[in-house]
Amino acid sequence: MTRAVRTIALLVAAGALAGCAASPTRDDPFEPFNRAMYAVHEPIDEHVVRPFIDAYTKFVPSPVRQVISNFNNNIDDLFSAINDGLQGKPDKMGNDLGRVLINSGLGLGGMIDIASQIGVERGGEDFGQTFGVWGFGQGPYIFIPVFGPTTVRDGSGWIVRLYWGPVGYIPDVPFRNTLYGLGAIDLRYQAQDAVSFVDQAALDRYAFIRRAYLQRRLYQVYDGSVPPDKKEEQ
Amino acid sequence: MVAMYLSNLRRMVFFAAALVATVAFAQEAPDAMVKRVSQEVLDVARTDAKVQAGDQARIHEVVDGKLSPYFDFTHMTALAMGRNWPTATPDQQKQLTAEFKSLLIRTYSGALSKYRDEKIELRPLAANPSATDVTVKTLVVKSGGGAPVPIDYSMAKTPDGWKAYDVIVGGVSLVTNYRDEFSQQIKDGGIDGLIKTLKAKNG
Repeated sequence: MTRAVRTIALLVAAGALAGCAASPTRDDPFEPFNRAMYAVHEPIDEHVVRPFIDAYTKFVPSPVRQVISNFNNNIDDLFSAINDGLQGKPDKMGNDLGRVLINSGLGLGGMIDIASQIGVERGGEDFGQTFGVWGFGQGPYIFIPVFGPTTVRDGSGWIVRLYWGPVGYIPDVPFRNTLYGLGAIDLRYQAQDAVSFVDQAALDRYAFIRRAYLQRRLYQVYDGSVPPDKKEEQ
Repeated sequence: MVAMYLSNLRRMVFFAAALVATVAFAQEAPDAMVKRVSQEVLDVARTDAKVQAGDQARIHEVVDGKLSPYFDFTHMTALAMGRNWPTATPDQQKQLTAEFKSLLIRTYSGALSKYRDEKIELRPLAANPSATDVTVKTLVVKSGGGAPVPIDYSMAKTPDGWKAYDVIVGGVSLVTNYRDEFSQQIKDGGIDGLIKTLKAKNG
């Protein structure tokens, strides 16, 4: 454990040093380190993850994929409701709680998204956004191989989320791990359109993903209406 | 005499009508324009057999023909270049604009070949009638479920009518995204380096 901590500390220090040397941008002080991580990520994504997702898209029938997405979205909706509460948005919280109740009950444990069909929109809040609403900045940008882009703030949100996630309470280990696995596959599956877009549009994929990620998160923290003076900051 | 007068009158009326039509078209409200053009593109995507078969050349032709007249690519390129724009020669500016336009059209074409059963909803336009710069907000609703995607168009009034100079997809501004990329390329290889990279990407 201590060795792991020491290794991480060393990596971070190395990244920080490398970062200083290359005069990186303000939101990405560890850019050289992150780019190295991205260089690890890309071949894994191209040769392992993507073929897997392509096969998933090809061989798993669309209704089944939809059920898996709905199930995972339903868990996210529950966390969205919690975060609505933490951000002081009672209307949104009512919507998200209503969604979870409807979909968990009538929607057979979240497998069918009845709430969307009757027009109750998803809140889409998470812990990273809550920290943002509370006034925390993004902190340094981080790229984690396989996981993808995040920041110190959003990454902390993810840790909170995974720590509390209801799937963790399932005592049967293989079943629990299956749900985790399906969750991860679904996450990557839902991101595929964005990934294809980046391939087509970007001159430098690393920089394109970073800017898109930071813009997107800022937009989400402000629920779609970013004040003009905040836009300049990015 | 009367016949000549009448024929002149008719000609005048015809010219006046043509003039009114042109002006009306040039002054088409920006939100109405976005709605009409998006709908036209989606209609072609739905009905054109070649587009449906994934014929890239045909898709490119449709996107270029239907969308290009409503975009101000020079404005877009200047914004994406930021403070580097004035340092480029007029010839470099022309090349940058042409290559950037080509990249955007290819990217849009790639996206279009995947989507066809979308519906475009306009969100209310919050602008006063004398504004010369507006953001038209739309919502793209997918037929197969899934979260609707908000797409906003930043538009400026030009002598040729309203033209878009930025597209913001789910909060991600294309111009802002490219600004990072362009400045990095220019830092590494100058403006000619950026032109070369764009050409290679489009080639």
